[in-house]
Amino acid sequence: MKNHDIVEKNVGLLVLLTVFAISFGALVEIVPQFYLKETTEPVEGLKPLSAVELEGRDIYIREGCHVCHTQMVRPLRAEVERYGHYSVAGESVYEHPFLWGSKRTGPDLARVGGRYSDTWHKAHLYDPRNVVPKSNMPAFPWLFDATLDGKHTAKKMEALRSVGVPYTDDDIAGAAEAVQGVTEIDALVAYLQQLGTLLTHKR
Amino acid sequence: MSIFWSLWIIVLTLTCLALVFWVLMANRKVAVRDDEDPENRTTGHVYDGIEEYDNPLPRWWFNLFLITMVFGLIYLVLFPGLGAWKGVLGWTSVGKLERDQERALESYEQSYGVFSSMSVEELIDNPKAMKMGARLFANNCSVCHGADAGGNYGFPDLTDNDWLYGGTPEKIRETLLHGRAGNMPPWGPVLGEKKISLITDYVLQLSGQEHDADAAAEGASLFAQNCATCHGADGKGMQTVGAPNLTDDIWLYEGSREGIMQSLRNGRANEMPAQKDLLREDKIHVLTAYVYSLSQE
Repeated sequence: MKNHDIVEKNVGLLVLLTVFAISFGALVEIVPQFYLKETTEPVEGLKPLSAVELEGRDIYIREGCHVCHTQMVRPLRAEVERYGHYSVAGESVYEHPFLWGSKRTGPDLARVGGRYSDTWHKAHLYDPRNVVPKSNMPAFPWLFDATLDGKHTAKKMEALRSVGVPYTDDDIAGAAEAVQGVTEIDALVAYLQQLGTLLTHKR
Repeated sequence: MSIFWSLWIIVLTLTCLALVFWVLMANRKVAVRDDEDPENRTTGHVYDGIEEYDNPLPRWWFNLFLITMVFGLIYLVLFPGLGAWKGVLGWTSVGKLERDQERALESYEQSYGVFSSMSVEELIDNPKAMKMGARLFANNCSVCHGADAGGNYGFPDLTDNDWLYGGTPEKIRETLLHGRAGNMPPWGPVLGEKKISLITDYVLQLSGQEHDADAAAEGASLFAQNCATCHGADGKGMQTVGAPNLTDDIWLYEGSREGIMQSLRNGRANEMPAQKDLLREDKIHVLTAYVYSLSQE
């Protein structure tokens, strides 16, 4: 009881011991992942997103696509049968932040690249009811009018480089030019069409 | 996993378990032994003259806690959890997946496998194959071609007998496996608005729609120069390049004057994605038969 008194009457010590007690989970489950080669080494053929795809990814985030769509195929037969090869950590090493998500309202998009044509994506994003009559996905018609100016693309790439995405100086120098005048829909479709194309699995 | 991280995980996990056990035991309140007053059930903890009674954890709760800890330890022996220790059972999530897939494949050999040795013509008379084909179609094709396979603006109707690339079982299979890339170049920058309008009149004439006869006559020679290479001299299309027949009233895009002019001005690009890396051979075979059956009635 004496020891209990000490902790109860010393808020600083209580905080310290609380942090100590709850840190075990993170220390065991998270910290080692920063150093394991399964999680830190890119899968074969993984390249950083091109300037246009990177802007497309930011539109994906801006429009909140990740709120309804996950990008994580779990290693369960039903999922692999529907979407393709299960997701591996090595595919996400250049993702900052990752967009795995945890809740699906729409289908998973981790392997959507190449599954539909560009035209389909455009018809679908303009109004999903164009191609899927019972879809409850919102329409995104404004993406067709807005164009990118590329003002911040190079800076975004520099920021990503500082956390380990291997953009070259040439990539960064050419970013603004590559992006300028591209419509938002084209950037988004470019991003979607490369998703998960590195690992294939016949369903 | 390196030895360091393996040990890191093992030591921290076991330390955590040990600490939890210690906290559990250290906080069990026990009444002080009081020989003068055996009825005294206080713990000896006094504050401002208030004494604390011994209210221990309910026994069932306490025992459940211990059982949970024992369960945890057994789990850590059987399953991967302690660093590089793979567990006595050798279980992995990917291993589980592969076993499930193998089992599924075996059952597919009973279902799809039987159909693989049958020809497309035989399959279209097999109700079970057609039902499976319909499911496959609903899962993989209907987002573009529609649930009824009736097509959509820009996506071909598969139920009529008008084919861009050919409707024989071989051609359908080829389309499914390797995909198709239809591409009509934009003629706006090449021909200019005036000539596009003349050609449009000719195309309207070809398809039996209302048109200006003089303009169509002028458009005919322009058509022969620019369009006949793909759409044929008679405008009936060419399946080798996927150029549509312009003389019927089936239109992939709009068949009105404005629609045709837009196609001419900006061109059209259309793509059917290749399925050979996405779907298994036996599924493609059943799907081929199903798509073939759609236009056979």
